[in-house]
Amino acid sequence: MGFASKSPWVIHYDASSCNGCDIEVLAALCPGYDVERFGIINTGNPKHADIFLVTGSVNEQNIRVVQEIYNQMLEPKVVVACGCCACTGGVFHDSYNVLGGVDQAIPVDVYAPGCAVRPEAIIDAVVEGLAVLEQKSEALQQQRKGA
Amino acid sequence: MDNAIVTSLVSVVIGTVFFAILAPIVGCLLDGIDRKVSARMQGRVGPNILQPYWDVRKLLLKERASVNTTEGTYVNAALFFALVAGGIFFSGGNFLLVVFVITLSSLFFIVAAYSTRSPYAEIGASRETLQVMSYEPMVLLTSVAMFMIAGTFNVSGLFTMSSPLICGGWAVFAGLLFVLTIKLRKSPFDISSSHHAHQEIVKGITTEMSGPTLAKVEIMHWCENVLFLGWVGMFFVYGGLPSVLLGVLVAVVVYFFEIWIDNNFARVKWQAMLKWAWIVAIVAGGLNIAVLAFF
Repeated sequence: MGFASKSPWVIHYDASSCNGCDIEVLAALCPGYDVERFGIINTGNPKHADIFLVTGSVNEQNIRVVQEIYNQMLEPKVVVACGCCACTGGVFHDSYNVLGGVDQAIPVDVYAPGCAVRPEAIIDAVVEGLAVLEQKSEALQQQRKGA
Repeated sequence: MDNAIVTSLVSVVIGTVFFAILAPIVGCLLDGIDRKVSARMQGRVGPNILQPYWDVRKLLLKERASVNTTEGTYVNAALFFALVAGGIFFSGGNFLLVVFVITLSSLFFIVAAYSTRSPYAEIGASRETLQVMSYEPMVLLTSVAMFMIAGTFNVSGLFTMSSPLICGGWAVFAGLLFVLTIKLRKSPFDISSSHHAHQEIVKGITTEMSGPTLAKVEIMHWCENVLFLGWVGMFFVYGGLPSVLLGVLVAVVVYFFEIWIDNNFARVKWQAMLKWAWIVAIVAGGLNIAVLAFF
């Protein structure tokens, strides 16, 4: 296992959910689940983050914000859609201003369903994301060697 | 050239090389222990002790990007001068010079943040400047007290004393412990950049630093921590090896105490930090120096 997956720093953005998933994301960091065991830190800074956790569906107002955060993150990076709204738009899918899931704005690597998404599901999704992160990191190293 | 100058220059170069190799290892382990102990204090299991090392290795693998071409140069300079300051100190050099060189390192770090023109980094940089303003008087009074007790600014001169610095300078030591919390970037004085999530200014001074640049900043902090704990240990060193071991032991205890403070106190505003750091400097440092001068 490379170093990319040993220290996954996350950034969390709430697109437009009911806050249920956000609370579960933060619950994963609390003593009960303690994801810092795996080196996971909530950074709050896209330039420091490796994994982008998005909760809630994307709408006309925040699609630019989601894309901006994604663009500010440095490679290798992974996007995890947390909760039904982030995966598909959920119960808000036919609202007048909702565009749908996060994949309408940026490429999503892992989908974590649930309403609200369970902390266990978030941890599972991040672990899935680590494998993707590792692949991307190796690809970046190969590219660097080639260049 | 004068023989003494050549000797001291060579010892500084050798000291810097050794410090550059050993301080990151010691500092990295200290950081790992810090995170583990902090987690246990919060009722969590906490990360592996090698987690800070893995973090830095990961940062070195990340894409290289910077908002301008100068930021990296300033950070390199900050790291270089932090290593030189450690080299001077641990090779038994002039303590006053150590203080000036480590301040120069801090200034390069501040300039690096200002150069990015990011509002968050600029607020972080101005707060870092206030932190330097807060701890600098106490650190300078420490070196004055050191000269009055030991009769020299040279750290190597401490080994020829009959009693350690703490005997005549316990008030200065207490004052240094107060500003050490600022220098180690511990809460309640971690106002320029907090290690903990959810800060109002994103990541403060390091907001725009990413990937390998951030890795250098982390390594610089490790080296700084080792140097500052060396300052703590310095107060107990005299004569032979047992006193050095006592100094190391006290440094470890003080580090644990700082972690305890970090986990138990909420951050203060910069006004309170500046006010209390100067009050402590004037009372603890001033009185100690007055006693040394008149009695």
